Formats: sequence, C-alpha cells, structure tokens
Amino acid sequence: MTTITKKPDNPIAHLTPEDIEQIGYELDAIRQDVLDDRGDRDAAYIRRVITVQRRLELGSRAVLLGSALPPLWVLGTLGLSVSKILENMEIGHNVLHGQWDWMRDPKIHSTTWEWDMATPAEQWKHSHNQVHHTYTNIVGQDNDLGYGIMRVDEDQRWVPAYLLQPLWNFINACFFEYGIAAYDLELGRNLRIPKEKRPPEFRDNVRKVLGKIRRQATKDYVVNPALALPFGAFVPTLAANFVANVVRNVWSHSVIMCGHFPEGVETFERASIADDESRGEWYLRQMLGSANISGSPLLHLMSGNLSHQIEHHLFPDLPSNRYAEIAPKVRALFEKYDLSYCTRPMPQQVYSAWHKVVRLSLPNGWLATTTTRNLPSQLKLLWAMSTKGPKVRRAAQARLTQQARKLAATA
Amino acid sequence: MASISASGPARGRPAGPSLRSALRRVAEAAVTPLELGDVFDVFHPLRGGRDGLQGRIVSVTAETAESATILIRPGRDWAGHVPGQYVRIGVDVDGVRLWRTYSLTHGPRRDRNLSITVKAIPDGVVSNHLVHRARAGQMVQLEQAEGEFVLPTPIPRKLLLVTAGSGITPVIGMLRNLFSRRVPVDTDIALVHVNQNESSAMFRDELRAHGTAGHLRLVERYDDRHGILDVDHLDELVPDLRERLTYACGPAGLLDALEKHHADRGLSLTTERFRPTLATLAGDGQSGGTVTFADGREVDADGATPILDVAEGAGVLMPSGCRMGICMGCVVPMTSGAVRDLRNGAITTAVPGETGPDGIPIQTCISAAAGACEIRETR
Repeated sequence: MTTITKKPDNPIAHLTPEDIEQIGYELDAIRQDVLDDRGDRDAAYIRRVITVQRRLELGSRAVLLGSALPPLWVLGTLGLSVSKILENMEIGHNVLHGQWDWMRDPKIHSTTWEWDMATPAEQWKHSHNQVHHTYTNIVGQDNDLGYGIMRVDEDQRWVPAYLLQPLWNFINACFFEYGIAAYDLELGRNLRIPKEKRPPEFRDNVRKVLGKIRRQATKDYVVNPALALPFGAFVPTLAANFVANVVRNVWSHSVIMCGHFPEGVETFERASIADDESRGEWYLRQMLGSANISGSPLLHLMSGNLSHQIEHHLFPDLPSNRYAEIAPKVRALFEKYDLSYCTRPMPQQVYSAWHKVVRLSLPNGWLATTTTRNLPSQLKLLWAMSTKGPKVRRAAQARLTQQARKLAATA
Repeated sequence: MASISASGPARGRPAGPSLRSALRRVAEAAVTPLELGDVFDVFHPLRGGRDGLQGRIVSVTAETAESATILIRPGRDWAGHVPGQYVRIGVDVDGVRLWRTYSLTHGPRRDRNLSITVKAIPDGVVSNHLVHRARAGQMVQLEQAEGEFVLPTPIPRKLLLVTAGSGITPVIGMLRNLFSRRVPVDTDIALVHVNQNESSAMFRDELRAHGTAGHLRLVERYDDRHGILDVDHLDELVPDLRERLTYACGPAGLLDALEKHHADRGLSLTTERFRPTLATLAGDGQSGGTVTFADGREVDADGATPILDVAEGAGVLMPSGCRMGICMGCVVPMTSGAVRDLRNGAITTAVPGETGPDGIPIQTCISAAAGACEIRETR
C-alpha cells in the first residue's frame, strides 16, 4: 500500500471539491433516514442478542462442568467461543461505540458498559473511538495500521527485523486481546521514553489494565475450572476457556485485519490532510480506507457487522443491525462517484491482508521479482540485505525497485 | 435478626453471612465483567435486591376511548404506597426510555400489583403509548412511590374532593382504599368531578355506583353541558363547603382559582399539580449558550429548551424523573455558568471557587442555559 497522494493514478483525482461536499450531503441523508426510523425494532434486536449471548455463555459453562467427557468438552468449548465472539464483536464493540445510547437504558450504554476483554472499556474507547475512527488510515497517526509493530506501507523503510512480522502478526492474532491492551496503553512508546517523561496517567492506566487482566484470568482460568473440580473437569475446563479465548482472538483479529489491510484499501499521508478537513473529505477518507467482507447474515452477526466496515466507518454510531440495510445505498454512492467499494468474501480478504503482511515484511519489490527459478539468487540477495548493513541494503533495494518496475511495465 | 444480634453474638451464626458473602464473591468472579445482577436478570427481572426496580405489565384495560388502566406487577423491592401517591415510571417508547409520573389508582392491593390510569393527551408520547400500544408482558422501570397528596389519619369527618380530568386518578386511589376497608369509614365525602364531557369521564360508572350506594355525594360537572366550573359558585354545589377539608387535583387554572378562593375564605386546601406552569420569558432573557458535559461533549443549547432535553438529544446519559420540576430526580451539579428556571425566569449561577467545589445542584428538566455552563452529570 502506498499513501494515496504518492500513487501514480490517484483514485480520487477525478473528484472536484464540490463532488466531495455533495458526497457528504448524500451520506448525511442516508444517516438521517436511519435516525428517523430507529426505534422498537432496533432496541428489541440488541436486547435479544444480549440475552441470547448470556444464555449461551451460561449454558456453555454449565456444559463444561461435564467436560471430562470429550463430546461435552467440544460442545461447551464451541458454545463458549461463539459466546465470547458475540460478546466482543456484535455487543461490546458496538455498545462502546454508543450505537445504543439513544435508548437511554443505563444498562446498555457506552458510559456504563464493560466487556470480556483484557483492555478496560474506558481506555479502548479513547484509542479506538477517538483516535482510530478520527484519523483512520493516516500513516503515523492511526496506530491501528500495524499496531505500531508492523510495516504496513511501502514508504516505511525496510529493515531486517520486519522479516519476522508475519510471525508477530500470528502471535498477535492468538493473544489479540492482550495486544489491544498493550496498544491502548501505547506500551511500546511509553516504555521507550524515560519514566519521568511518561504521561502521568500512564501508571494509573497500567494498573487498571493489570487489574482487568487479573479478573479476566481469574474467571477463565481459576474460578470456572475450580467449579468443575468436583466433576473431575478442572483441566478440561481450563483448556476449554483457553481455546475459546484463542478462537475469539484469532477470529476478531482476522475480521479486523479485513477492515483496513486488504489490497485496495487506501492510506493517507499526514501532510495531505488539511487541518480543517471538511465533513465530506472525512467521509471520503473513511470510504477509501475501509474494506468489507461479503457473506451471510451469520457472518455479519459474528463479525459484529464489521463485515460492513465501510458503513461502520462512515457512521460509527448507527446501530449495527442497520449497516446491512444501508449498504446498497452506500455502494450505489460509490458507483455514482466512480470510487472502488472494496468487498470480497472472507477467505479472500484474509488472504489479501496476510499477503500484504508477508509482502511488506520483505524489501519492496522482492516478492514481485521472485520466481521459482531465481529463488536461490533472490534468497542470497535477501540474506545480504539482512546481514550486510545499510549501504548494501540501499544498493540492492535500488536494483529491486528497478527490476520490479520493468516487470510491471512488461506485464 | 436485629434483636438476636443485639443480645450478643450467637454461636455458630456468624458463619452464615460470611459464607454467603464468600459465595457471592466467587460467583461474581465467575461472571466478571458482568455483575451477578446482570446474570439474574436473564432469569428473574422482578427479583428483590435488583439494582433498579422493574415491573411487568399484567393487563391493559380501556377506561374510555382515550384512557386505560395499566396493571403492573412490581419487583420484590416495591416498598408499598399510600393512596394518593404517585409513581415514576420508565417506559420504552419506540425503543427510547422515557420517564413520566402517574398517580396510583388503587390503595395497596392484596395481589401486590400496582395500577395507574393514563389519559392519552394530544401529542403525549408516553401517555399515547401506554393507552394504545402497551401490552401485557412488557417491562417497565419503576421508582418507589412518592407524594404528599395523601389523606391524614385519622380520616377527617367531612371531606371535599375536587378533581378535573385525569385529576381523579390519585383520588380514585383514595376512594377505592376507603370503600374496600372491612370496617366502613365514617366520613362524609363530597366529590366534585369535572370533565369536558360525559364520554371522556374516567371512572364515571364506578363513581356513580358509589354515589348510588351512598358512599359519597357525587357532583358531576361537564364543561359541554354546564360550562366551565366557576369556583366562586362552588358553595352552590357544596353548601357545607366551609365545614369540609378540601383536596383538589387537576389543571393549574382550576387549582390556582381554588387556592385563591380558599385563601380568601381562610379555608385549608391540599392540592396536587400535574404540570408545571412555565413562565414565558421576554426579550433578552431568552438567549442560551454552550453546555459542556462531564464526558467532554459540548452542545449548543437555546434559552428555551431544558438542559435535560438538550443533553439527551446529544446522547448524554442523564438522570431524569418527572420532567416537570417536582421530583428532583434530575438534579446534577453545575460547576460553572448560569441557567434560567423555565418556570419563573429565575437565574442560578455557579462560579468556580466561589460557589463551592461541588458546584450548584440544578434541576435540568426545568433549567435552560443562560450562557455557557458546565454540567457534571452523574449516574
């Protein structure tokens, strides 16, 4: 991915400033239609999802009491995984966005909600709602791009450490909730600077995260297994909780990777965003910076409707059950203004996102210029680039870029 | 329990509560980040000890074309009420929780249910919902009963009850309670019941039956037939007016007139007002300002809209109650700025450093911004 302003064929070059403002008006109208119609049906929806999720969780935990029997272990683990996914994705994420605040129900409100997640709701709301949703896909400002640990853009200089980024990404997927907590704390940045220069609230936030992690771990790995102890199912229950957490982590990591990582999603240069970015310009950035997953209603539910990432980024506070309904209107708007609406089935989006992670873990152009025939020499080159210092790296990079350009020209 | 522990620690007993609290702690640790209550709610929303009292609608019975009695099964924590009191009730209308206040139209019932009788007023979002769309089985939020509009004990020998329209609702609660007692109450009751017309009169047949049975003297007045009631001629309807203790409930116009009438004659009067009288402010007294909330949100408010409405419109979660300035359920501190009381134009100001660190508590439902102000909404 290359920031949009550095691309040879800028995909928004054909839009006039008036077009962009008009897009803003038309999106505002779509939003208003939903607000006007929002009511009983939506309230009943979220209450039903919450009730189903809670029953599923309690039921699954009850089944796990008997998880010394393998079929019950499988059933309970499956139910707990699904329940944890629902709790984080369709319920937690969306309630914390304030999508249901309009109901004025203090029990389903962004200011009172807490979720089954390592990161406390309060901190996540800041890093996600405020930072990621405002500065979506601006390189250097939106930390959701690679979570500060990965190379997500050709313009970021390649160093050998990035070779490991597919591995980091995989580990991050398995322990995603802790990755998110570290990321909400800006742990990496804060640990690098001297103690006295860290923001005063940092220590307090670390304490809160550790407290939350302790409570979460006590629930999943101590209390619930202990309850199964009389049935001889301590270890199976512990394992079931661990598996359910990993399943939930890998699933949500995959869904979230599909939102902003696949090929076709644009990134933006900090300098190219005006300080007084208009509503229309902001909308446009959201339209180009997000990707959808196409699929069944079940997929939409399990992804917390983040399968409608484009609609979600345009209207983060509309009830999630409405995204599917407005998607055709939004898509028509993309077509009207000749913009590309990035949507693919989940396996393709996940592949695309992972492909990008792997491609960018390697020097620019390396993957494109590698064939099975020249693999040995390419590997030798990569080895040299990784071990022989910046000078060699620069020279090799220049050659790779040239070759890749030639290859692109002949193709 | 209290008497036992007062006589000294009984052997073996302390294990009870501590075991219970230990079990509770384990259960809480097993369901975090949910609270135990959230889990119980899935199965038993009417249980005792719930954070926030709820009720379930048992039945909705039409009284007239535009009014209905809603029978509600309250949660276990309902503390009971005295006839004449009201209850604050939170109803989800079109998915949005709205709170209103309604008089309880029964004395305490043997089945522990509550009843309110609601008249659908034009453009009344909640009243129309309750009368026309509420169904048995739906949940409502409740507060404990409140209100000073109750009969004294012992019951006075001679009573005059004056009601207009839905002003009958607290009074019917009193009457039903009095007439259902095993030992009949020896009280001479006159009821002047004012309505626009006969067909819109709530509890008409029930009251007439009491009249026929000699429980009370019923004076029915209909605006379309008798003209608007002039309280100066009240003694023509109730000649022994001076000997009676008067209780009145109805629209402000009637109550204002009655208050003047009784004050002029040195008579005692207890009233219940359903709606606040909002003063219309003139000229410069109308400008509003920016309201800043504790969660950082800033909202422009005009000088005529209650801050509560402004806040809710912007999605800020506010405590609220009667929305007419009587229940104090919406009181939150204002740390700086000025608000105008919409009823009388009175200005309240908070100056940081001068007016106390916790700000000035204001009623958001009847206060509008009178300049920039900061609200620390609490839950």
